[in-house]
Amino acid sequence: MADEEEHQESELSDNQKIDIAKWFLLNSPPGEIQYVAKDLRSVLSDDNVYRMAASEAFPFYNKTHLISLQFPDRSGDVLVSSFSEISEDEYLDPRTAQVAKVDHVKQMCTDIRPAKDEELPTPYIEEYRCAVDAEVSKYVAEAYPKGLCSVYCVSGKDVEEAGSDFELVVLITATRLSPQNFCNGSWRSIWNIEFMDELQTVEVRGKMQVGAHYFEEGNVQLEAQHECKDSTMFQSPDDSSFSLANIIRHHETEYMTSLETSYSNLPDSTFKDLRRKLPVTRTLFPWHNTMQFSLTRDITKELGIEK
Amino acid sequence: MFIRFVYPAHTTRLFHFLQLSSVPVPSLFLSTACLEMEAALGLMRRMPPKHTEPALSALVSLLPAYSSDLLSQVDQPLQVLRDVDSAKEFILCDYNRDADSYRSPWSNKYHPPLEGGLYPSPELRTLEIEANEVFTVYRDQYYEGGTSSVYLWEDDDKEGFLACFLIKKDGSKYAHGVRGYLNEGGWDAIHLIEVGMEVQGMADYCLTSTVMLSMTTDHENSGTFSLSGSIRRQMKSQLSVADGHLCNMGKLIEEIEGKLRYSLDQVYFGKTKEMIWTLRPPTELPSTRLLP
Repeated sequence: MADEEEHQESELSDNQKIDIAKWFLLNSPPGEIQYVAKDLRSVLSDDNVYRMAASEAFPFYNKTHLISLQFPDRSGDVLVSSFSEISEDEYLDPRTAQVAKVDHVKQMCTDIRPAKDEELPTPYIEEYRCAVDAEVSKYVAEAYPKGLCSVYCVSGKDVEEAGSDFELVVLITATRLSPQNFCNGSWRSIWNIEFMDELQTVEVRGKMQVGAHYFEEGNVQLEAQHECKDSTMFQSPDDSSFSLANIIRHHETEYMTSLETSYSNLPDSTFKDLRRKLPVTRTLFPWHNTMQFSLTRDITKELGIEK
Repeated sequence: MFIRFVYPAHTTRLFHFLQLSSVPVPSLFLSTACLEMEAALGLMRRMPPKHTEPALSALVSLLPAYSSDLLSQVDQPLQVLRDVDSAKEFILCDYNRDADSYRSPWSNKYHPPLEGGLYPSPELRTLEIEANEVFTVYRDQYYEGGTSSVYLWEDDDKEGFLACFLIKKDGSKYAHGVRGYLNEGGWDAIHLIEVGMEVQGMADYCLTSTVMLSMTTDHENSGTFSLSGSIRRQMKSQLSVADGHLCNMGKLIEEIEGKLRYSLDQVYFGKTKEMIWTLRPPTELPSTRLLP
């Protein structure tokens, strides 16, 4: 067939195939990249192309989705993110001061080692980091049935004493995978917290992202995200962390309320702009009496020239 | 699982450059056992519905040998073209396509012009004209805007005929969203009906319907909220032809559209909401606490 010849002429190069494969992997819904990878391997029928694509896409996916991996000895979890990244396959867990070695494609933590001194913040910073971690952990345990959190110093970790700026990042994640019920979902929030010494304020920027996929006899996906800002006073580690946890709690709870509103607006307002439940006439369409809609027919009828 | 058609389903502009054979060929022997095809359909069930088009064209380029199977089994957002004669828009699909041209239901002309293109028989064309007129009113009453097209053609194998009813609605506030809630919003409905031969005043109707939907709202205090999805359902019915085929087909479409809308709204969106509530159960905002 002519069209098949044409296909053969436009054979894709390996690089094009790798780009396509990466696109599929990176568009995987939360928790589904392994399923996508399996199907993709069958579609590609080329393990070299697959491995090239996987080696680039998995680290990126794992870091943007803030996936959590259990330590080999099951003593805890490490969050994979750009904030905890020490090298491509090493991620810091500040709470236990350990560095986890990660196999991105298998999505497994293969080894842990104690963090080196230069990988950790100074005692002055650590006091703040640790206090924020404790308060946020309390909140996460209350608000999320299966939530994880971690706090990193992303700038100024070598500050020895008061008088300089530094920045912490709080990550909160919750994932629920229920493939047997055809449903997966994830929550992730990232809180950048800048301690500004000169103004004695703490600036907070939050980004919350929610995703859900329901795929029984269909494919329906939700993606929602929201960003917000707030600030508080630069105080002692305990007082700062207390007000920071309150700020996070406040904004996340408020966001949940707005998601609730978005959902409750769906059936009667938002959805209505696509298709109404009932016609504008508020009665089912008069299929029995459709003659009236055809002007030409009406005229022929009235003039009595209908056959 | 998706219900599979016996006939190639709805395809769009990909055909322009793929130049597949011009007449819908019944692909009776769908190679469901084929690993690549299964895997490709598996991928389509996981990719975000709003990326259906790039996902499908990527799969077609990776699996050229399965291009017609893929294009017939995966529904894509509908495309429209303007009829030069009537200045009305019509919807493109595999059923009004011949070579690289599409037949408008309004003027019955191919765009771009095509010599020797396929046309329905005069009897079917009469019904097609009526169906398009009536469906325009139906679409206006339920959708308050949008575009619709109906195509009919003979069933070569059997005595009956086939009909495809299409609706495309852009419900964003920049298009036909009369209430202005949506920053982006699309509803594409494809209803394919096989009408069997009339036997003792009765005929069998087999309806396969797909709805593809996407909607995004964006507010300063609640951020972006985007839901997209596609579902497909089938319905069979034996009805008296006394009321006419159009009346029967119309009622079936109205019923299934109502069901699809309800499922999307209550079941599918409901499930995503349930999931979020499981991740972080809603709580009351604590009363304002004084800072230490």
